[in-house]
Amino acid sequence: MEGTGLFRNSRCIGGWPLTILLMVYLTRKAEFSASHVYHNPEFTAEENRRIFGKCNNPNGHGHNYMLEVTVKGEVDPRSGFVVDLKQLKEVMNHEVLDAMDHRFLNKEVPEFLHQIPTTENIAIAVWQRLSSKLERAQLHRVRVYETPDLFVDFYGEE
Amino acid sequence: MKAHLSRRYRFSASHRLHANSMSAAENQSTYGKCNNPYGHGHNYTVEVTVSGQVDAKTGMVCNLVDLDGFIEREVLARYDRENLNTLLEFAQEVPTTENLCIRIYDLVHRGFTCAHLERVRIEETMMNSFEYWGAAKPMF
Repeated sequence: MEGTGLFRNSRCIGGWPLTILLMVYLTRKAEFSASHVYHNPEFTAEENRRIFGKCNNPNGHGHNYMLEVTVKGEVDPRSGFVVDLKQLKEVMNHEVLDAMDHRFLNKEVPEFLHQIPTTENIAIAVWQRLSSKLERAQLHRVRVYETPDLFVDFYGEE
Repeated sequence: MKAHLSRRYRFSASHRLHANSMSAAENQSTYGKCNNPYGHGHNYTVEVTVSGQVDAKTGMVCNLVDLDGFIEREVLARYDRENLNTLLEFAQEVPTTENLCIRIYDLVHRGFTCAHLERVRIEETMMNSFEYWGAAKPMF
């Protein structure tokens, strides 16, 4: 016998109601604009130019970054939610956008004072900022688009 | 830490979907408009995903200059502004986007050594896309 409405994922097996929890992935996007420069002080000026090319311009340059945060979880049979979107939005705003939007990443974001703010490192930093702050859902993937043609996915430490 | 890096490239090419092993009627019913004898073209977008440990010194999975250079030389130069049916690899194989996806995956998998290839995804139009992950389990 199958349930209906909010409890459509409940079934009765052997006369006992058994709730089958369904894993669903939910993605929320956010945009932020920031500037950065690729430069490793351990490299010579020539090495920095050769490895990082135009991205080594000392005055920096900027991007409109698009962030996609995917969380996964079982659908709560009462609310029908994987995650409270309002809470996810607040955490993303507080942890990521407040820190990175309209900032010079190398100088204003602690993670990048001693680490190059490549798209790879931004995705890892976003993951680390979000993973402990989510209440119900589990972080599945952080995707950061530097441009529409270049993006990085981070799935946590594998 | 391991990250996945994806880059999108574009090329334009023509093709005709036609299997020599099928009758004219079978070709017509299988491929429809794509079986038009004079062929037709698409603006293809190829999304290449590679993975690897993020290098502590550069912050990169691999240098984009290397990936862009490889794809330009080995993929775009090979397929852009070509009629796919005239190419050696499609002499015996129908140049569907499925087969093209596998061919490009093989090219990158064999030749690109700076990072591990995870998948090749091709958008044939804005409405159709195809992915090939080789032997790996797809990650979404």
